[in-house]
Amino acid sequence: MRWEVGSALNIVSILLVVVVIAAMLIWVERRLLGIWQERLGPNRVGPLGLLQVVADMLKIFTKEDWTPPFADKFSFILAPAIIMTVVLMSFSVIPFAPGVGIIDSNIGVLFVLAMASLGAYSVMLGGLSSDNKYALLGSLRAAAQMVSYEVFMGISLLGIVALTGSFNLREIVQAQADGWYVFPQIIGFIIFLIAGVAESHRLPFDIPEAEQEICAGYHTEYSGMKFGMFFVGEYLGLVLISSLITALFFGGWLGPGFLPPIFWFALKASFFVAFFILMRAAIPRPRYDQLMRYGWLFLLPLSLVNLLVTGAVILAGSGG
Amino acid sequence: MFSLIRDTFTSQLVTLWRVFKHMFDKKDTVEYPDVQPYMFPRWRGRIILSRDPDGEERCVACNLCAVACPVDCIALQKAEDENGRWYPEFFRINFSRCIMCGFCEEACPTNAIQLTPDFEMAEYVRQDMVWEKEDLLINGTGKYHDYNFYRVAGMAVGGKDKGEAQNEAPPVDVRSLLP
Repeated sequence: MRWEVGSALNIVSILLVVVVIAAMLIWVERRLLGIWQERLGPNRVGPLGLLQVVADMLKIFTKEDWTPPFADKFSFILAPAIIMTVVLMSFSVIPFAPGVGIIDSNIGVLFVLAMASLGAYSVMLGGLSSDNKYALLGSLRAAAQMVSYEVFMGISLLGIVALTGSFNLREIVQAQADGWYVFPQIIGFIIFLIAGVAESHRLPFDIPEAEQEICAGYHTEYSGMKFGMFFVGEYLGLVLISSLITALFFGGWLGPGFLPPIFWFALKASFFVAFFILMRAAIPRPRYDQLMRYGWLFLLPLSLVNLLVTGAVILAGSGG
Repeated sequence: MFSLIRDTFTSQLVTLWRVFKHMFDKKDTVEYPDVQPYMFPRWRGRIILSRDPDGEERCVACNLCAVACPVDCIALQKAEDENGRWYPEFFRINFSRCIMCGFCEEACPTNAIQLTPDFEMAEYVRQDMVWEKEDLLINGTGKYHDYNFYRVAGMAVGGKDKGEAQNEAPPVDVRSLLP
């Protein structure tokens, strides 16, 4: 078997590596949060506490997998499966390195955005089928937040698509050989970063699952591995958003030649993972109406202006 | 409007930077089983019964600690020895109830019951949390090295009559003071 896009070796290794990394993020996040809060974080199980993940997994696998009698069984079980499936599907178009990837799709950006939209069904169904008022509140918030932040998540990427002239993520990376898109598209980058945090509902935009307000929101009623799938799905979403930012704005696998391309990709992506965890450690959660107003009245016009200016610059440059 | 947006943006960045700088600060964690924390001498931990400098039990079984205890975890029974000294026949503290409030120590008129800086009292069997007098009694004076209740109190016990205590005047026959 050879390393080429779409080979079986590629598919299996990407699936394994991505899921293992998402599981390891449980430890990474707790450790980093600890360090930034002047604590140590989990360091007792194994060297540096690395086996904490194994302990957590053992715990979550042996827990009672309980479905509440009042819940709607089918969609209750379906919801956590959706988020895992959808996020893992999104990874299929991510260009990790030349020859490493699953699909070389010419609508890669659209595919990721479409999968992100489908992810909204997971939290909506999860909250609705739980038949619990906090879960319902959480899924209401999640639905509104994801639908409104998807709008300019897409629009913020259109500037890049216009610059490259392609929806293909591989071509977008290759087009950044003479300059990362973060410089001409700095506004698009900031908007995509914010929308990405809101899409993966991480702090500071974890309003759908705000523990202090609505006790974990849409996954209040979940336990055992069904909860674990929501949990790992969230970390997978974190890895996905970091990989997307790397590929779209920071030149993907491109970098000086002394390291293999996949290392440059991993380095850049892990920088953004750490940045997302830093945001969780530092920034307080906004109120729900503040989030909505911020999105619709500030970020959406800003992304439209960014798109217009980008288009005007391209038009002026092409002499048309 | 513009300045509001700018200030909001910069304040978030400043927050991120300040939290990031905590990475290089000294950690507050004390890795407890490996590193023993410094326990302050007046820490309210495990309860002991102390002895006076002569090696006798200080407790006079007055029951004030049991009365003061807000969770009723102290039980004792008074007894009297051949010298007329009072002592507890049994003295029982149920540490599964005790909240380490220290009220018993404050109530004790003879400095017998004292709290110590020891907190490692976990047990696997709940019944083991009940400590009897022989578990509580120590062979020392605790925090107060010179205090001996029967040497300062006016009560007559065997070997010490009325008026023989420290700083005590001889007893006065009130009837003989008639003018």
